[in-house]
Parts: sequence; structure tokens; C-alpha cells
Amino acid sequence: MTDTLGTTGLILNEPLLWEKGCKGRRGYSLPRRDVPVSSLDPDLTGSGPDFPDLSEMDLVRHYTRLSTWNFGVDTGTYPLGSCTMKYNPKTNERQAGLPGFAAAHPLLPPTLAQGALALMHDLQRYLAEITGMDAVSLQPAAGAHGELAGMLLIYAYHRSKGTQRSKIIIPDTAHGTNPASAALCGYHPVPIQSGAQGILTAEAVAAVMDEETAGIMVTNPNTLGLFEQNIRQITDIVHAKGGLVYCDGANMNAVMGIVDLKAIGVDVLHLNLHKTFSTPHGGGGPGSGPVCVHNRLEPFLPVPRVIKEGDTYTLSEEFPQSIGKLDAFHGHFGVMVRAYSYILSLGPDGLKRASQLAVLNANYIKEKLKGTFHLPHDRPCMHECVFSDKNQGSYGVTTLDMAKRLMDYGFHPPTIYFPLVVPGAIMIEPTETECKEDIDRFIDAMQEIAREAAENPQLLHDAPHNSKVRRLDEVAAARKPCLKG
Amino acid sequence: MRYLPHTPEDVADMLAQVGVESLDALFATIPKDCCCRLDMKLPRALTEWELDDHMDALASRTAVSPNFKVYMGAGSYDHYVPAAARHVLARSEFVTSYTPYQPEISQGTLQAIYEYQTLASRLMGTEVATASHYDGSTALAEALLMAIRVTRKKRVAVSAAVHPHHRRVVETYFDPTGYEIVELPYLADGRTDLAPLDSLEDLAAVAVQSPNFFGCIEDLQAAADATHAEEAVFVASFTEPLAFGLLKNPGSLGADIVCGEGQSLGLPRSFGGPGLGMLGSRMKFVRSLPGRLVGRTQDTDGRDGFVLTLATREQHIRREKATSNICTNNSLCALTAAVYMAALGATGFRELAGLNHDKAEYLKNSLAQAGFDAPFSSPTFNEFVIRFPGDFDTLYGRLLENRIVAGLPLAKYYPELSDCTLLCATETAGKSDLDNLVKEVRS
Repeated sequence: MTDTLGTTGLILNEPLLWEKGCKGRRGYSLPRRDVPVSSLDPDLTGSGPDFPDLSEMDLVRHYTRLSTWNFGVDTGTYPLGSCTMKYNPKTNERQAGLPGFAAAHPLLPPTLAQGALALMHDLQRYLAEITGMDAVSLQPAAGAHGELAGMLLIYAYHRSKGTQRSKIIIPDTAHGTNPASAALCGYHPVPIQSGAQGILTAEAVAAVMDEETAGIMVTNPNTLGLFEQNIRQITDIVHAKGGLVYCDGANMNAVMGIVDLKAIGVDVLHLNLHKTFSTPHGGGGPGSGPVCVHNRLEPFLPVPRVIKEGDTYTLSEEFPQSIGKLDAFHGHFGVMVRAYSYILSLGPDGLKRASQLAVLNANYIKEKLKGTFHLPHDRPCMHECVFSDKNQGSYGVTTLDMAKRLMDYGFHPPTIYFPLVVPGAIMIEPTETECKEDIDRFIDAMQEIAREAAENPQLLHDAPHNSKVRRLDEVAAARKPCLKG
Repeated sequence: MRYLPHTPEDVADMLAQVGVESLDALFATIPKDCCCRLDMKLPRALTEWELDDHMDALASRTAVSPNFKVYMGAGSYDHYVPAAARHVLARSEFVTSYTPYQPEISQGTLQAIYEYQTLASRLMGTEVATASHYDGSTALAEALLMAIRVTRKKRVAVSAAVHPHHRRVVETYFDPTGYEIVELPYLADGRTDLAPLDSLEDLAAVAVQSPNFFGCIEDLQAAADATHAEEAVFVASFTEPLAFGLLKNPGSLGADIVCGEGQSLGLPRSFGGPGLGMLGSRMKFVRSLPGRLVGRTQDTDGRDGFVLTLATREQHIRREKATSNICTNNSLCALTAAVYMAALGATGFRELAGLNHDKAEYLKNSLAQAGFDAPFSSPTFNEFVIRFPGDFDTLYGRLLENRIVAGLPLAKYYPELSDCTLLCATETAGKSDLDNLVKEVRS
């Protein structure tokens, strides 16, 4: 393979912040002092933090150089399974930066915050419409926070029925956040295995569902990229025993305008605005994890809630059964602005087409690579497909080796070693915003790496070769933690 | 649609290779009874021009400077962000990347967060700081749960002068756990009453915010000593970290865990979020910390580099036994705070903190001269409580009509302070604006 995307070029080393600059420099223009100095009890005052003093140029070069050591969606294809690394539209940044949004104080009287409240109100409506659910809270700050919100809602629901339950069913394909979120509510996770086809069976759920079980946490489409075909029977079983159904909506990007989540029996669903609704991941946040609920859970939603009365929007605390507040103010409003602007830019047809193309891209990759890599579940997939390193095992090459080698070719690796049910998993989610040429290039790189695995495994063991640093010693990092300079 | 690159020919070609007839046929594995969607009732797609108009119109319906003067802090502060900071933070390599699980091509984020952890530790006076949490309220909730893990005790005491919203979030997190929250009242001078601690058994932690919700500077050393006498963990929280440019930091005053809201450090108020949850502690608690940590290490060639570390605390490894369920955090906000702290430097940070204090003192003194008293005598940083005697609502409402938001009315949070407002003045308030506020209040 000649003329690969990945190449080497000049990047610059850069020391740590405090190894730069010198005392007395500054990168900040203070406003002219127009009030007198006022003394403060010297017992209260300290010497101030020991920060480096940098000039503005020191600062700009430092962060510009650091940025060039990163790989983002704007850099190239980022097929990280379960993370939906789609393009982050630039107009969304413009909208979120408007002073009327960015400079708005969260505790303004509602009469002075009508624009912000209108946006939140309409975004809630749109998310309800997209999912088919009845009501929405935008307060959760990220996906796992949405899961916690969902668990708190289920907890509050059971309490309102005068009973409390101790267990929750979680499939083996679940994100690690699911059991951790359930544990915060004191629920004991009951693991169940997916069937041979990679999906849950009604029998497996029926075998463990009882009246001590608060409900089930399902991810649909699941983390193998498969639609849970038995979901209707499963939700019926759970409901028949008085339980509720939580759906992890991290994979909503596959089914916008296609599946009605309420109709399939979901009681509460969280969305990741930073996945499905195109807001940037920011190197690990901020995200936003709204929860969408069935009517029966609406009384328990977090407060304050945005209410529309005539043409006026207000914030109401008048929900006595509410679980309370999940964060200091209204959630990640800046992220909501971006998601709102994405939904308006695509419209109903665009959103549905986004899901269709996301699924097309994933199936195309699955078909093109299934002759090369082991595909544990050879079935039509949703927005992602999961391979393994089984075929390369005889060369002593692992998923990790191939992931690292992919960097040399100019691609971000897929998600690896997840879901746990597939040993050596390679989880590929291209998203709809990758064009066919880029996907073909990715497929070529994967095939080239498979060839290298057979012919020169050492090349893969030593990969990556072209990155700023080579493989890092994570064991030493954890054994003797050095967490600050 | 400009974000969807597939031409009809691409779609046809790819469908043929997949072996299905149509885009709809890709969803054939979804049972018919799950696939019953009618068309979504959403507004039709807007062009970029239409979107700009629509968003401009919405944004214009919110009261912000310069049309309005908003003298409100209460956990969300108005500070100027240098253009250079905004510029580097727009680098899309930072903005459009994921959590740095692949460190070889994420060294930019990793070094920047390691630097954030360092600057945050220096600011808070802790031995270690995490990579970030959602906001100050969730950081406080996680800090208190951490104290319960560390001490294996079941009760926490939280000052009534901790931000009321932060206390409510703690209540939400604690509700299903069975752990008990005791409220410590505030004294006549606006600071926390520590006396009830003597009679509390099974105490895991005491949480005090400084400057507290009333703007008052707490005696953190006394609170730490009283807490340690009960063999509990002392948690110091904050909503205005700029104060530590002037004041002694909480770590140096005996705090075991320090947590708070970092919005002040270069983040826009953005109607309350995203902010930045900051959390640090003594190193001996490091394996009980919730949230991500970046550590320094070396690569196979012996070059320095950075990785996410101590992952065995985290949910993707430990699942239900994790120290927290947090995954996506507020990384870009932590990076923003680091850039802001670096832009100011030690010198600028101290000067800016001093200026904030002096602006608020000027306003407080001017109001005192005009006959408006501050109910609490404790020293304050950049916000303080002031009483509007007589008809509070009429005066507050009249100021609103004149496009002045005269702080946060406290009646909703503290009924006993129903004629009081919490005013804030930062470096962004000019003397003439402050003089005008006083004039309007008097007239």
C-alpha cells in the first residue's frame, strides 16, 4: 500500500508549563484599577498559587504545540465503537458562543432568560419526538449521569409504590457505567448472558426477573452493534413483575426516526448529546446525558423543570415527587445549544438519513472486512460492527498490536477489548459523516495490517512507529503514580 | 445535507456490496412491531443562514452585558477571558478528540490535563487533583461519598452556608444510600457554627465552603481541627477559586479533600453549564478518589509521556465496585481552566484576585455609606449579602426595570433573610457602574 494517509512530519517538543516563562511575565491584561486598594486581615491572606508566569506568546505556542500531538475528528477517521465520533459542525460553536447564551447567568429571573428557556423547552420536545418518549430532563451532565438519573427515577418510582427492590438485571454486554450507576442507588447487579446470536433471550430474562428486581438496564442497539430483537418480550416480562426498563441510549445514532423507544416498552432512556447529536467530545467531555421517560416516571424528573405558560417560559419546582437536583444549575446548557442547532440543521429527514447512512457505513465495513477478520456474529449490524483478533492469533498478533499499527496509517483505532463478551474485540463505528473514499481507505489499511500480521508480526508488536511517543509503560504509571509536577 | 457526504451513487454502490436493496432494508433485523415509527414531527431543516437568524433571535431574549448590568455571582461568576485563551481553546485537536484511551496520539490532551492537575493542586493546596468532574455540586457529592468509603462511617455534616444548590445535589446522591446528612447552622457573623460537631457520632465528614454562599471567609483551620477531633474527614468546598489568589488555600488550612466549582477559571457562565468540578485530596486517599487521573510515565524508547492511570478505581474495570460511575467528565473545561491559570500566572492571578476583592469592598462601602447594611460582619471576597430594608420586591423590581440585576434575592433559600440580596462585583464592573448601582438603590 503506497501513499498512506499516515506519515511523519515535523512536530515540536514542548516542556511542561512550569518549565517555561519566568517570574514577572504575564499573558493577561488587567483592567485599569479605578477603585482603591482595600486591606484584608493578614491572617486570612496567603501568598497565592505557585503558577508559572508566561507571556501571551509563551502561552499560545505551548498549547498550539500540544494540540498537534492530538488526533481529533477534524484530523481524520475516528471509528471508535460506542462513542459515535461523528463530525462536530462548526456552526454549532458559533451558536453556543452567542453572548445571549454564553454570558447568561443561570439564576437570572426567568423573565430575563426567555431565550435560553425557550431553547431548553424546545430541545426537550424534539428529543421526546425523536425517541418517542413522553417527557425529558436535560439536567444530567453526561451519559453516566443520565444512567444515574435513570436509576434514581426507578428507585423513586418503586418507593412511591410503597416497596423497594434490591436487584437490577444487567446484560454482560453492558457498558461498565451501567453497573456502577446502579450500585450508586444500592442496587445489586444481576448479570445475564446474551444468547448465541449476540442478543438477549426472553428466557434468560424470565429466569432471573422477580419481584425483588427493580428492572433491567438494556443497551439497544447493543454493544455488539445488534438490535435486541426480543426486546418486546423482554420488556413485557419485566413489566409483568412490576419492574421497569432502562435503556442505555448511547447507540441511538442507529435508530433515529426508525424505532419508537416507548412503543418497545422502554420506561427511561438516556441520550448522549455528545454522541448522537454531534456535540464535540472535548477530549473527554463536557457531554450531556438527557433522560427521556414514559409518563409514569414524569413526576419524578429532576427540578427545576422548564414550563411553558402561554408564550412565557418559567422554571418550576412544584414537583413534590421529584428526585431533586442533579447538578448545580440546569445541566450543560452550552452542549444543549449545539445539539439543538444540530437537530434544526438536519430536520426530521436529515436525522433519519443520518441513522440510515451510519448503518450503511457499518454494514459496508463489516462486509468488506469479514473475510479478513473474525466476525463473531455474522448478521446485519446496526451502526457498528465487532470483529476479533482470532484470525491473527496464530501469528502472535493481538488486537492491541493492530490498533496501534492503525495509527501509523493515519487512523484512530476502533474501540478495543470491548464488549467483554468478545475476546480481543475490535469494535468499529464509522458514523455517517465518513465518506466512502475515507471508509475504503480505512478498509485498505485494515487489510494491509492483516497482511503485515502474517508476514512481519514484529512490525505490529513495535507499533506505533510514527506517533509522537511509542507505547507507554502503563504498569509503571500505576505502580508509582506521578500525578502532578 | 452538508454533514452527510454520500451521493446517490455512493449509496447505490455500497448497498450493492452489502447485498441489500434499499436503505430501509438495512433495518430488516428490527422486528416489525418495533419499527412502527411515523415520521418525526420536527421543524423542517434550516439552512445555515436561517439557523443564524433563529439563534440570534433566541439569544437576544436573554439579559446579558452590556444591555444589562448583572451583579450576581452565587456560584457563577463574570470574569474576562483573554482572547489568546479563547483562541488556543478553539484548536479542534483538543475539541474534537475523545477521552485519551490511546495515549500515543493523545499526548496533547494528556499533558494538558496533567498540567491542569498540577495547577489545580497548587491552587487548592492538595497533594493530588483529579482530571475533572461535572461541576462543583457533583464534586462535593462525590467527595462526601469518598469520605464515607475512607472512614466506613455513615453520617456527614454540611454547613448551611454551602451553596444551597450544591447541598440539594448532595441530598439527591445520598437519598438512596441511607447515609445521613446533618446541617450545621450559620452564626450571626455569617460563618458556620461548628459547636454541634461535639455531639455528633459516627461522623465521616464535615463540609464547609469558603468563601461561603454569603461570600464570607470561613475559619477553615478551626473547622479542620474540630473535624479531626471527631476523627472525620474535612471537606473544604468553594464556588469562587479566584479567591485563593488572595486567601490561604484550603489545603494549607487542614482540608483533607478540597472540591468546588471552577467556572470562574475562564469558563463562560453559559446559563450554568458546562462548568468544572474540581476535586483534590491528600495522596493517601488517591486510590479512593472518584474520576480520572493522568500520570506521567515513559515510552518504550525512554521518552517521557502521559497516560490515564489508576484505572482499577474506575467503572470500565471495576464495574459496580468502582469509586464512581463517572466516565465522560468535563475535560475541555479543565483544559480551559489550565489555560486561564497559565495566562494569568502567579502574578496576574494575585493581582486579579486583589482587584475583585477591592471592587466588592468599594461597592459594600458605598452601600454602607448610603445606609444599606451588611447583615454579616465576616470579611468577604467578591460577593456579600446586603439588606434592602422596607419593600424588597419593589426596590429589586425597580432596578430590574432599569436593567440592573441587583444580585440574588435570598428569600427562596433562607426565609430569615427575606429582605437580603447576594451581590457580586468582579473585575468586569467599572467604578462608574458601581456608583450608578448605588445611586439607583438610593433613589
